[in-house]
Amino acid sequence: MKPKSIAATNAKNRFRAFKLAPLIALLMFATVSAQKKDSCVECHSQMEGALSEAVRLSKGDVHDARGLSCVDCHRGDATKDDMAAAMDRRKGFIGKPKPADLPAFCGRCHSNADFIKTFNPGLRVDQEREYSTSVHGKLLKGGDQKVATCVSCHGSHGVRAINDPLSKVFSLNVAETCGSCHANGEYMKSYNIPHDQFDKYKTSVHAKALYDKQDLSAPTCNDCHGNHGAAPPGLASVANVCGQCHVRQASLFKSNPHKTVFALMQVGECIQCHSNHGIMPPNDEMLGVGDQSACTQCHGQGDSGYAAAEKMKARMDEMSASISRSNDILNRAERAGMEVSKAKFELTEAKDALTQARVMVHTFSTDELDKVINPGLDISNKGYNAGGAALAELSFRRKGLAASLFFILFFAALIYLKVREVEKRQALQKQS
Amino acid sequence: MNAETVRLWLDDRLGIGSIAAVARKKEIPVHRHSIWYYFGGMTLFLFSVQVVTGILLLLYYRPSAETAFESVQFIITEVKFGWLIRSVHSWSANLMIATLFIHMFSVYFMSAYRRPREMTWLSGVMLLLLAVAFGFSGYLLPWNKLAFFATKVGTEIAGVIPLVGRPMLRFLRGGDDVTGATLTRFFGFHVAVLPAITTVIIGTHLMLVQMHGMSVPPGLEGQNIKKMKFFPNFFLRDLIGWVLAIGALAALAALFPWELGEKADAFASAPAGIRPEWYFLFMFQTLKLIPPKILSFDGEVIGILAFAVGGLMLFIVPFLDKPGNPRRKRVFTVIGVIVVLYIVALTIIGYLD
Repeated sequence: MKPKSIAATNAKNRFRAFKLAPLIALLMFATVSAQKKDSCVECHSQMEGALSEAVRLSKGDVHDARGLSCVDCHRGDATKDDMAAAMDRRKGFIGKPKPADLPAFCGRCHSNADFIKTFNPGLRVDQEREYSTSVHGKLLKGGDQKVATCVSCHGSHGVRAINDPLSKVFSLNVAETCGSCHANGEYMKSYNIPHDQFDKYKTSVHAKALYDKQDLSAPTCNDCHGNHGAAPPGLASVANVCGQCHVRQASLFKSNPHKTVFALMQVGECIQCHSNHGIMPPNDEMLGVGDQSACTQCHGQGDSGYAAAEKMKARMDEMSASISRSNDILNRAERAGMEVSKAKFELTEAKDALTQARVMVHTFSTDELDKVINPGLDISNKGYNAGGAALAELSFRRKGLAASLFFILFFAALIYLKVREVEKRQALQKQS
Repeated sequence: MNAETVRLWLDDRLGIGSIAAVARKKEIPVHRHSIWYYFGGMTLFLFSVQVVTGILLLLYYRPSAETAFESVQFIITEVKFGWLIRSVHSWSANLMIATLFIHMFSVYFMSAYRRPREMTWLSGVMLLLLAVAFGFSGYLLPWNKLAFFATKVGTEIAGVIPLVGRPMLRFLRGGDDVTGATLTRFFGFHVAVLPAITTVIIGTHLMLVQMHGMSVPPGLEGQNIKKMKFFPNFFLRDLIGWVLAIGALAALAALFPWELGEKADAFASAPAGIRPEWYFLFMFQTLKLIPPKILSFDGEVIGILAFAVGGLMLFIVPFLDKPGNPRRKRVFTVIGVIVVLYIVALTIIGYLD
């Protein structure tokens, strides 16, 4: 291209840029309006203590991430530089809401399905209503300012989504969050309820699953007590609560005589044996009449329940012992190099039967238990026999080897003698 | 009809007399290295053990991904003495490779490959390759986890070779992955293709050994060496070795039954510390020690090509070594010693690794 034509093109481009000017101006305006003025942030970030903390905490929280700002909750007019104008009560400004007002304060958005679904169509909008049914909500209505409201669990500024590990209500943090009030003896004094739930929970089989195995599906406070509608499950509903996860045990328990007796005695069904917060890993020792027996809490020597408990425990012990005996002999055979993988695989069925028996205990019927234990014992005995057969085979092989080695060495020696005889003859022939 | 009539009748038709005459005439030199003469016969004996036990296993083995593992399990648990046959087959295979290596190196160090025995050496090297191929193909047949992944790794190594690698890998595996198709294919190699080729080459190898007689180490050439009759003197001594080998195999099978392991699962992850059979270990270990990049070339490719060149050198040993040159002979001995030390050292390192 010639230089002249380059200049011409440049001029043309400049002209085109000039024509684009209004569009660029429009774009600049749009950017400016997107970063709209927020006098709340401007002033509060320069303040000290809690007043600026709110600004800092809110950065990146679940509301901020969705483009919501101070005025969306606190109202007022953030376009005004003047403090009085910005926080004008006539413009709906709400400062720090009182605890009693908090459910409605958050509920303004969270109870509004039309509004919430523009962010998350899956999010529930009944939290405020549920809260009003909770012990917390009822006390709040009665004028108690100490009880938990939305912000007690979720935080006020810096609210995070429940699946965010930093959230105070993320599965792994729930117990600690509830414990921040409920484990505080001083704080709970006026309510006359225990405050050792958190300590007990930490020793429970549920906590082991949650913390040690990081199993997020393991139950924590809200799985049994509900979250927004938090309340202790009534004695009548304990079984329903546990049955949410332990379905089979719950259904077996439902159709056995203990159900009626427990109801009459007004004791919680599952917790009577398993306790509530400090649920220990269940073990066979809970059955029977030993030191750790749950049965002897009610049954005494001489009654039929005592006898049944004794019998059931004996059967369970018999089964466990049988399985471990079979396991031992099969392991011994395997270490000796015998192929017993099939028998070992079949023995897993006996182990399944034992697991099933531990569930069947909830029928409290020796007959029902036998229905599971007897076939399990058969399988276990078969495994034991297979292990015994493998070891017998091994000893047969060793004896057989010893015998055949005798003949083999004898035969080799014979050939050696033959060689000597032949060579002696050959030497004699050569000499002659 | 007496025995002599039968012998004469057979001799008329089969010419047994002339074979017997050759056997009677055959002599074995007796010197301080004579012990090494027994390893060829021992290898042959262990090979025949493989044929017999292999045929017996074939009666029950079912070569498919769905049945192979179970059929081997059936053989070692249900079939009478099936455990013995299977264990002997596995142990004998390993002992055979070991005696084969000893046989080959003794022939090498005694320069028994020299004129006119070049073709005997060539057929011997071919038999070595065939034995290794037998080992590699047989290893997969029980279709257990270890075999599955060893085959995967082994064929992958073959696949690295430039140009021919990829098609070779697909040919060996019967597709892109180790599958049931690989199993049936390896079975075919193991029980039909390899035995057919091996039979011909063993026949040639033995015929050539008979034709040329036993070689005498170069240092003893021209001296007046004592001789021993092959039949019955040497043969009976051979026989003692074979009988003792049967005893050793029986003891190994009864005291250290060959493991079956877990069934292969293509979706499982490879077991930790996976390594090939001991006779591949020095090559495997070498490939592990080579840096991934040498200049701009792939280290693994260079390693594999180096082994290919090494194999080629093994073939042409008789044509490189000129007889009657003591200096050249010394160079060959030194190279041989280095190779043996290398193989032993790398195998030990591979086991300790």
